[in-house]
Amino acid sequence: MSSVDPKDTFRAEANDLLEQLEKDLLDLSASPDSGSLIDGVFRALHTIKGSGAMFGFTVIADFVHAFETAFDRVRKGEAKVTPELVNLALRARDNICALIDGGDDAASAGILSELDRIVSGGTAAGAGASTWTVRFKLAGDAVANGANPVLLLDEIRAIGPTRITAITDDVPALADLDPEALHLAWEAEIEHIDPTEAIEDVFLFLRDDMELSIVRRDPVGESDADAPKAADSGPAAGVGQDGVAPAIRVSAERLDELMDRVGELVTAQARLSQLANIFKDPSLSALAEDFERLTSGMRETTMEIRMVPIGTIFGRFRRLVHDLSCELGKDIALDMDGEDTELDKTVIERLADPMVHLIRNACDHGLETTAQRLTAGKGGQGTIRLQAACSGTEVRVIISDDGAGLDVARIRARAIEAGIIPADREMSEEEVHQLIFEPGFSTAREVTALSGRGVGMDVVKRTIEALHGHITVSSRPAEGTRICLHLPLTLAIIDGILVRVGDGKFTIPLTAVEECVELDDNIAETERGRSFLNIRGTLVPYIRLRQLFGTRAPADPYPKVVIISSGENRVGLVVDQILGNSQTVIKQLSRLHARAGAFSGATVLGDGAVALILDPSALVSRGKVEAGEADRKRPAELAA
Amino acid sequence: MTTVLTIDDSPSIRQIVSLTLSGAGYDVLEAADGAEGLKIATERKVDVVLTDLNMPVMNGIEFTRSFRGHPAGRGVPVVLLTTESDESMKAQAKGAGATGWIQKPFQQGQLLRIMAKVAGA
Repeated sequence: MSSVDPKDTFRAEANDLLEQLEKDLLDLSASPDSGSLIDGVFRALHTIKGSGAMFGFTVIADFVHAFETAFDRVRKGEAKVTPELVNLALRARDNICALIDGGDDAASAGILSELDRIVSGGTAAGAGASTWTVRFKLAGDAVANGANPVLLLDEIRAIGPTRITAITDDVPALADLDPEALHLAWEAEIEHIDPTEAIEDVFLFLRDDMELSIVRRDPVGESDADAPKAADSGPAAGVGQDGVAPAIRVSAERLDELMDRVGELVTAQARLSQLANIFKDPSLSALAEDFERLTSGMRETTMEIRMVPIGTIFGRFRRLVHDLSCELGKDIALDMDGEDTELDKTVIERLADPMVHLIRNACDHGLETTAQRLTAGKGGQGTIRLQAACSGTEVRVIISDDGAGLDVARIRARAIEAGIIPADREMSEEEVHQLIFEPGFSTAREVTALSGRGVGMDVVKRTIEALHGHITVSSRPAEGTRICLHLPLTLAIIDGILVRVGDGKFTIPLTAVEECVELDDNIAETERGRSFLNIRGTLVPYIRLRQLFGTRAPADPYPKVVIISSGENRVGLVVDQILGNSQTVIKQLSRLHARAGAFSGATVLGDGAVALILDPSALVSRGKVEAGEADRKRPAELAA
Repeated sequence: MTTVLTIDDSPSIRQIVSLTLSGAGYDVLEAADGAEGLKIATERKVDVVLTDLNMPVMNGIEFTRSFRGHPAGRGVPVVLLTTESDESMKAQAKGAGATGWIQKPFQQGQLLRIMAKVAGA
């Protein structure tokens, strides 16, 4: 079990939002009329407020709420974006930062009242605010009893633009001075509408036995020009910024660039190793070995840099489930496990949308209504479970619910109705489950606003496959449904098996490979029908890649078969020779070749030759189709 | 790092205070009564003391008075955790040298706010 503190997730999320907020505010000062920037500010505030309240940061939520309310006037066009407003909003933003870092909210009231003043029509600076004189003298034993005047002065400065003068009139002569007693008094001039409440809050513990006077100065004849001295105003807003950052942020683009270069380095290293093999020069071999070790270390480190804990997206699902639960009127608990499982940043990013869809589906279709659950003898509260775990070179992300499970009969009926399968097709339960990923499939009797229009699951499947992953689904009636996303650790470099077909070399992703066998020993019984292997009693369809690729070069006498799997299905690929393992840097195919169904990319080999990367899911479904055709031709023979 | 000593006879209160404060980056020491607290507070460098009012052996007011009487206790903020908003209790506490108070039940945010107020962290 992992224990990622949800509060840390909130902090990380809020920090990202605050960064965006800052950027938007700064852009806003350059183009004050941009509606989209104002909306952006609004959205960031809204999100911080929402998750802040959820994770118990009520002080933050309250402050952001007030901030948001003030900004709402700007959004509605009732107030204009002025440099003054932007500055104040930036200060408010810093204050949120400080609050998140555990600072106090002494500055909040001051910022909010100023914000309020600006958006409620105060055009000229200082309108509404006036200068207040605050004089105070603490009890003589206050410092001995733990009060700290420096902190108090800081709190006062945080209320608004302030000038503070110490009054030394009561300091006695040195001979009479009690070093532990406090003899100073202070006078502060504050620009504010009415700081009384904030001031009394500052002296919360001291109010009873101190001298305090708060007087408004007559604004007539007063110049405001000298009031807001930058050096003196609001140091409290900077709390939390002086802590040394434990991490630095790098743009994703640069990371991609680094990964690309490392990819090239891996290729260059492979060539060097090959040359060392040819020349048999010991010093060159030693160098090549060193280089190989360094390169693989470099590759690992670079990949680690790109790794992000999946908890970063799990966090937002909490809110999603919460909202869905309200919207659907179902009582739904969200259970998460393995949030610290790490995945490539790009994978995580592209995973978010499919997962949102799967969770929506699980909440909407998977879980029954509370009444149905109670009738079925289950607890009224449904549970959605998100789990992530590393398993070899893949990461499994599981979305499961304890709902009614997939309704096999209904899915079948629906698939026939939609023309996805012929009415007389015999199918196993697993095969029926797979139908939910077919384009144009939707079982929801009524289309709800949430799950949408049945375009989702096939898109989810495609997205996952584009990430070189695959989806499996399992379901038990009345117990629930479990959807498992199998994802590669990284996108840019994969481990593969290099094979030869005729003159061409091809790479098969290792994650898909189950085993390699000889062809002739395993051909199913006699060669009665076509294209089946007998793998320990199970029939597995196979594809002769020589035929598929139209290879003319002379065939090898002993063809080999690589069994690959995608989801629940397996297929054998007949190749001429298995050359060995290879670390493969994936290069995308050009748009021109994007439709070459059997390939997902290409890679440059050590000798400079290009090898195409086979796409397991496309080949497996091709194998299935061919097997299906064979199946219909001679069902009796196969059954025997 | 700011070191906070929390004195309370209730382990659950100690725990919540300790969790809240250590989560916010404070270093937290614990004591179960005023006498134990006084021993810790006078032997180690403590920046802030948070003490319960009603405790066996030595209560919060007695603790505050003794702590203030000790050279180590001059100027160190002492915040009392009170259950009653009893004015006479507050006056008594102030008389003994308490810096501030926080009324139970309190929320984590309130506690952190008070801590920031007296400790400036």
